Amino acid sequence: MSTGLVVVQILNGLQFGVLLFLIAAGLTLVFGVMDFINLAHGVQYMLGAYLAVAFYALTSNFFITLLLALAAALVFGLLLEFLVFRHLYDRDHLEQVIATFGIIIFLNQAVKTVWGAAPLTLPIPEIFSGSIILMPGLLYPIWRLVIIASGLAIGLLLYILVGHTRVGMLVRAGATNARMVSALGVDIRRLFMIVFGFGTMLAAFAGAMIAPILSVEPGMGDTVLILAFVVIVIGGIGSMRGAFLAALLIGLVDTLGRSFAIDILRLVMPPSPARTVGPAIASMLIYVLMALVLYFRPSGLFPARGR
Amino acid sequence: MTQTLAASSVLPSQQTDRANALPVAIFLILALVPFGAAFGPESYVLGLFTRVMVFAVAALALDFICGYGGLVSFGHAAFVGIGAYAVGILGAHGVTEMLVSLPVALLAGAIFAYLTGTVCLRTKSVYFIMITLAFGQMAYFIAGSLAPYGGDDGLTVRLRSTLLGFPILQNDRTFYYFVLLSLLVVYFAFRTIVYSRFGRVLRGARENATRMATLGFDVFSFQRVGYVIAGAVGGLSGFLLANATEFVSPAYMSWQRSGELIIMILLGGLGTLHGAIVGAAAYLLIEETLGGITEQWKLIFGPLLVLIVLFARGGLLGLADRIRGRPSRG
Repeated sequence: MSTGLVVVQILNGLQFGVLLFLIAAGLTLVFGVMDFINLAHGVQYMLGAYLAVAFYALTSNFFITLLLALAAALVFGLLLEFLVFRHLYDRDHLEQVIATFGIIIFLNQAVKTVWGAAPLTLPIPEIFSGSIILMPGLLYPIWRLVIIASGLAIGLLLYILVGHTRVGMLVRAGATNARMVSALGVDIRRLFMIVFGFGTMLAAFAGAMIAPILSVEPGMGDTVLILAFVVIVIGGIGSMRGAFLAALLIGLVDTLGRSFAIDILRLVMPPSPARTVGPAIASMLIYVLMALVLYFRPSGLFPARGR
Repeated sequence: MTQTLAASSVLPSQQTDRANALPVAIFLILALVPFGAAFGPESYVLGLFTRVMVFAVAALALDFICGYGGLVSFGHAAFVGIGAYAVGILGAHGVTEMLVSLPVALLAGAIFAYLTGTVCLRTKSVYFIMITLAFGQMAYFIAGSLAPYGGDDGLTVRLRSTLLGFPILQNDRTFYYFVLLSLLVVYFAFRTIVYSRFGRVLRGARENATRMATLGFDVFSFQRVGYVIAGAVGGLSGFLLANATEFVSPAYMSWQRSGELIIMILLGGLGTLHGAIVGAAAYLLIEETLGGITEQWKLIFGPLLVLIVLFARGGLLGLADRIRGRPSRG
């Protein structure tokens, strides 16, 4: 366990955490403001990645691709909102879970039908390809740093938007008590649409940004979705700050756990059982963390909704 | 106190006959399936309906805590998986005796439910959905790491469970009736529980937990007992599943499986018990039929789920009620 390796894994953890934040941010907004469980948020991330691959094939320019993918994802998201989600806001959580589960099933299959089941790849944009020397003898890919930086930038943007603008104020008010906001004369449906569209774009952005270093395949949104839910539940539903901190926490715990679980276990047990138990403990770690947080703080670390 | 509860509880006696007609019909059909199957592809039909009933057992347990207790568990597949692993692991050590493996499967599900329930039931609504999901995922990853028992690949159950050493489940038709009997027992057990005092307290807590607590009920303990019962029955379903497929794998515990179980009870109609059986049958038969028509069946199935939620409130039973002009049940 050298210092270099630890630094690299911490950066990887940050990059993963930032990615989770981009997805969880949209989820927690939609969830906090509209009280709507959108399981289909994960496939919107997947769709972002696929759209990026598709537009890249047309334009061969990553930045135009990114813009086009975001626009297309937004249009698609709003279409979904108009056709399906809009009718589900008043329903109970169970029905929302089923309907959005149906959308997951559909989109995973649709993507497989259109692009095939084989994983696709997207090249890293030319200027950001290659690696950078962090310390003597320690290289780190630039693109991952770009992901971290853009994620932090969006975090800052969201902080300003949610904390210091009128729309943000309405969003926060909506997360605390949506009915009251509506009673005060705010067009809550329009607010929902803005929030929903924004969340969709964030998820698609995450998908497009991660596509160059991950294989783009059907079902890639499912695992991330569960992790994003873990993030917003730990952070406290509706809380942007909670989502940000919880995302970084989960990203770090998961990445470091996977990298070092075996080494740590070897300190207390013989190597061979450590090798079998290690990976299991590593993949469970975040769920254990979530159970612990919810045991002591049943509404997450930073609950937004007033009682 | 008991009067207010009795007044608000469903199933007034004059409706009982009508309410019983459907369950009786369901069990009659299930009992006759093997006779019909003899004229067609027998083992295929028997296998399919065995699977339907196995999932119906799990769905009944979920309907019990979810429809009556108001506790939406998104980790119900874990109980099924645990029951299945009880059979698989005992089998790997040469223990196929049902009198051992069945109680172990039930107990394993119950213990897991007791431990996780103690934590989960502290939380409410969405947090409850998510924390049960988290425990489901934990069970899933633990199962995947059981290297001596196949890890991610799962393990084969070489021999179906025996009773006092006799391989009574080896014959598919006998096994079918064994599963049917289990389903029947579970169904009537839940019916009894739901209309008992315990069930009323559980339903009261669903409607208003604070009021029940004010009336002097220890809501947490009642809900935990309910959760443990559901866990044990989930274990039973796993016991049957392992015997039906003669295979056990972590995939039994995946969150998609838990989602499917929720779909089943919603499809049939929440909080009706027999709706869970209808829902399990509908889900698996739709899946089977669409899968037979096209490989892309999910393109049809996904939107179908959305349409069912949007337009068939109260599930298939609710839809049937409304078509016949009766008010949808609550």
